[in-house]
Amino acid sequence: MSFKLNMIAPILGFLIVASCGPKSSTDDSKSMTGEIKIDGSSTVYPITEAIAEEFRIGQPNVKVTVGVSGTGGGFKKFGRGETDINNASRPIKESEAADCSANNLKYHEVKVAFDGLAVLVNKENTWVDHFTVEELKKIWEPAAQGTVKKWSQIRNGWPDEEFHLYGPGVASGTYDYFTEVIVGKSGSSRGDYTASEDDNVLVQGIQGDKSAIGFFGLAYYEENKDKLKLVGVDNGTGPVLPSFETVKSGTYAPLSRPVFIYVTDAAAKKPEVTAFVTFYLKNASALVTDVGYIPLPDEEYQKGLTSFNEFATKQ
Amino acid sequence: MSNLSINRIIDTAFKYAGIFCTFLGLALLALFIGDILIDGFHRIDWDFLTNLPSRRAEKAGILTAWTGTAWILGLTSIIAIPLGVAAGIYLQEYGKKNRLASFVEVNIANLAGVPSILYGLLGLEIFGRVLHLGGSLLAGAFTLSLLILPIIIVATREALKAVPNSLREASYGMGATKWQTIWLQILPAASGGVLTGIILALSRAVGETAPLIVIGALAYVPFVATSPMDEFTVMPMQIFNWVSRPQHEFLVNGAAAIIILLVITFAMNGIAIYLRNKWQKKVNW
Repeated sequence: MSFKLNMIAPILGFLIVASCGPKSSTDDSKSMTGEIKIDGSSTVYPITEAIAEEFRIGQPNVKVTVGVSGTGGGFKKFGRGETDINNASRPIKESEAADCSANNLKYHEVKVAFDGLAVLVNKENTWVDHFTVEELKKIWEPAAQGTVKKWSQIRNGWPDEEFHLYGPGVASGTYDYFTEVIVGKSGSSRGDYTASEDDNVLVQGIQGDKSAIGFFGLAYYEENKDKLKLVGVDNGTGPVLPSFETVKSGTYAPLSRPVFIYVTDAAAKKPEVTAFVTFYLKNASALVTDVGYIPLPDEEYQKGLTSFNEFATKQ
Repeated sequence: MSNLSINRIIDTAFKYAGIFCTFLGLALLALFIGDILIDGFHRIDWDFLTNLPSRRAEKAGILTAWTGTAWILGLTSIIAIPLGVAAGIYLQEYGKKNRLASFVEVNIANLAGVPSILYGLLGLEIFGRVLHLGGSLLAGAFTLSLLILPIIIVATREALKAVPNSLREASYGMGATKWQTIWLQILPAASGGVLTGIILALSRAVGETAPLIVIGALAYVPFVATSPMDEFTVMPMQIFNWVSRPQHEFLVNGAAAIIILLVITFAMNGIAIYLRNKWQKKVNW
């Protein structure tokens, strides 16, 4: 009896299948070619994905790829020049900017949309009508760990029962932003809360826990309106509920934030990248709404386009 | 009560405890698969398998994800099978049983237990940066090969160990060389075990996400890879991406993609069982 190689044919068969795929068309009007490598925030990902999808209709021969390493993970690659564009749910940090200049990279920041952070409680919670920023700080600051445990400690008259906290994991840009504007220092909060990188897990947690308090991206509330109770935030001018209008106008403060893409000078030299960024800013308004985020005012996109063009022509 | 009847009670109790444990596992598996089928089965159609990723859940498909998984499987097989089987043969048939051998053996066993994300970090540095493979299919396949090599080596050794020595002695007795003995007698006799090990190892590779995220597998790839140097995405990445989206329709897509991934792994396990049975019937000693 001999060792039969054809027995591993099923495995090799996968390879043959893998090499078959649709061939891209070669139309003269769609002449641009090249690659655009994008990585970064998973919050900004749906927007960039939508833009890339529409961009592909006009320019099918430009290979646009988008990763989800997170804002920080993406900036590491961006700073080494491994990617052309980085999706970012917060502005670039000094250390990340230093990485760029160490590798002789200049970069340009482009604001692409707004994202609201929603504060939520369980549907059966009858006592919470709104939180003030000070109350949120009292709940989330590092000193609260082990001491602030009951609703009655947040505001007089609330039940003498424990509350439970839910929020995004410490690696997310959402967490960074929330702690920065509420606690006052980015990345600083109590540790005894239920953390998940997946906001759908937070939705389920708050839905099933009568004494829950949590926060996450507004888009996740919009999809689960019937399951959770949205709580307004009072920044000194009365409680405001997050919505398309209040986030866009900036009245829902301080929990609405801009999100960005960053482009390197090396990338801006490539015509396909400038075409992509131009397409991004011209179509963002409609597509951002499509994927559940809030667009900037039209003149902001116009300004962004002008300043990007200046950056690109200098290269 | 006599000793005998106490022993009988223990005996029966253990039997029912065993039955309970068996069915608990099966029931949970059935619950999980049933839930996934209810959520996702209606979403699976031809378009789902042949469409590119999209922001519109109903238009989105898994073409790049499953072709990426197929590429990774193929490349990983080509890299890991010859290396793993050859290493297993060396350690079992040629290697001397000395201190160095037991040192190597302990380390291979340890490697099989290293968390997969560490292989990702190793792969990012060595294959991605030093060898300049970036986030390509080849870098991913090399990384997953490292991950499953220990499993293949151990399975090969176990399979070779199970071949009775009389077979080797008979072969030498007929004047065969060591190479002839291994290639024509030992390896065919051990093939069932070796192949089972290989396929179980590849099934593990199919489900891995963490090391591939680290080396830079992407979430949005709108083209099917045509060379091993292309960038890629795989099924688990696509699933992970979809289930963390807010829109319910994407969760349904995730469930549908999980069904496809389950079909792939079940098929591979099925092949493993088939091959094992086939060889067990053929080989008599």
